[in-house]
Amino acid sequence: MDRATFETRLFGVLRWVVIAVLIVVTLFPFYYMVLLSIRPIEAVLQNPGGLWAGPAEWTVSTYREVLGSVDSGGQGFVRLILNTFLVAASATILTLLVSIPGSYAVSRLRFVGRRQVHFLFLAVYLFPAILLAIPLFTVFTRLGLRGSLAGLVVVYIAQTIPVSIYMLRNYLSTIPESLEEAAAVDGYTRLQTLRKVILPLAAPAVMANALYVFMIAWNEYLFALLFLVENRQNWTVSLGLAQLAGGIEVSKTVLMAGSVVLTLPIVIIFFATERLLTEGLTAGADKG
Amino acid sequence: MVATREDRPAAPERRRPARQLTRRQRENRAGLAYLSPTFVVVLVVVVVPILWTILLAFQRLRLINIRRTGLFGDFTLRNFEYVFTSPGFWSSLWTTLVYTVGGTAFSILFGLIAALALRKRFPGRTLVRASVLLPYVAPVVAVTFVWEIMLSPQFGVANDWGQRFLGWDRPIAFLSQREYSLWGVDIPLALITVIAFEAWRYFPFAFLFILARLQAVPKDLEEAAVVDGAAPTQLFRHILLPQLGAVIALLSVLRFIMTFNKFDDVWLLTGGGAGTQVASVRVYDFLTSRLDIGAAAAQGLVLAAVLVVLLVVYLKFFAPREDES
Repeated sequence: MDRATFETRLFGVLRWVVIAVLIVVTLFPFYYMVLLSIRPIEAVLQNPGGLWAGPAEWTVSTYREVLGSVDSGGQGFVRLILNTFLVAASATILTLLVSIPGSYAVSRLRFVGRRQVHFLFLAVYLFPAILLAIPLFTVFTRLGLRGSLAGLVVVYIAQTIPVSIYMLRNYLSTIPESLEEAAAVDGYTRLQTLRKVILPLAAPAVMANALYVFMIAWNEYLFALLFLVENRQNWTVSLGLAQLAGGIEVSKTVLMAGSVVLTLPIVIIFFATERLLTEGLTAGADKG
Repeated sequence: MVATREDRPAAPERRRPARQLTRRQRENRAGLAYLSPTFVVVLVVVVVPILWTILLAFQRLRLINIRRTGLFGDFTLRNFEYVFTSPGFWSSLWTTLVYTVGGTAFSILFGLIAALALRKRFPGRTLVRASVLLPYVAPVVAVTFVWEIMLSPQFGVANDWGQRFLGWDRPIAFLSQREYSLWGVDIPLALITVIAFEAWRYFPFAFLFILARLQAVPKDLEEAAVVDGAAPTQLFRHILLPQLGAVIALLSVLRFIMTFNKFDDVWLLTGGGAGTQVASVRVYDFLTSRLDIGAAAAQGLVLAAVLVVLLVVYLKFFAPREDES
């Protein structure tokens, strides 16, 4: 058997081994999360290695505690879900309103400082986010924005704009310029062209972009911790869950139920739009 | 209509008619106008705070009195003196480097392996590809909690199985034990666990980009090599790897910057204890437990400076040269 045949067979087998390992490694923590959230805590402590629980053992008391209102002894996560949704949705819409014209300018128009724009974006990621926190904390306190969801939205917009513009720009540059020229000949102004010609064509990219920004805002933890921690009314799910973990009397299975509540919306959105999202994120990356 | 196109690089000597010049100006103005919302947001929420932080780093300030002080106070270098001489500075920097290099390298390596394995079609590939991306899209708070519980010495599945099937004589505290003696060698256990988490959470990111690039490699190139009897390793070494060079270099830089400044993952997993105090966690500690704004800002600036130096060295000496603008 020569080297090529041997290797082809070897990697033919190895490939399946890798795929199996990948599935286990990526899915197991999520399976474990769901499993623990429906097992009673006593059963978990008795048999921590058990990876299966029959329906007889299932319980929804953990979810009742997480989602129940504070008055009824629960953790009131329904409110936190609404907060998070509100923040993530507003951040998404506002980011797009800012980044669509921005990416159009960067991909199509020549203006003074076009080449230097990237340095501006680099600044966003080059400095640790925590560094921005000190001045923002002070300013927000003075403006009365600290503890409010609006302040958080502003920070999320700034954190997601560069990646949003980058993704959209890559897509816009694949739209032929002749279309715009045709629109100009038809008497469209630049803004009309953007709205009526470019945007419909870029709809998939805009959609992918919106989902990506939504996910980032939904998952964010650090700024929520810094700005909202004193105002329980406005907590996001991530923050609420982390604060819950700090409490001693909360059992780990309740914590896992909270994690499921936090993760599920993202997983649903992700699986529903996976193709759109992955293609939007890597648009242009295949050009090398 | 082609005649009015203005983006053709014209010879500089040629005199343009006045009408075209104004068009050019209008384009310039439109470009700036379209970008101005972006510019304002980034300026207000990112650039100004950074400049302000630089000022803060040179003043002795505590959180209690920041509301009353103005922008300019007594400038001093004491914060930097304090940062450089305080115990744990160098070890924290070293920890950050090990964490960053480890997290970057392993996430890219696993991403590459995953991309190669999932490259060819098979039934259910779309589903597998989507599930591989889960660690990256799931909320950081939720996944760190699951890891914490899985690795817990009291009721974690890892220790239970380790003791039952792998013959561990006692539970291992993966996230709170600084050193662990493995066959007589001390390894930094908590740090390795945190790096493993980083690799697990971010390999999907590398996987996504490498897979996209792999699928754009021209088929005939590979087919020709197969006809010539090339073995898979040769194929990878001589045909695929050269095509992947650019995307891997880009990923390395991106992941390095992101991991270097990473806060949430380490903070949520270990709180910065057991030898995992990376620099951004240290900034947070200065800020929240000592309420020392000046020192926190100085420590943060030192961190950013180290990152810039590393990036410049990389771009200058190691980055693959590209002709593309």
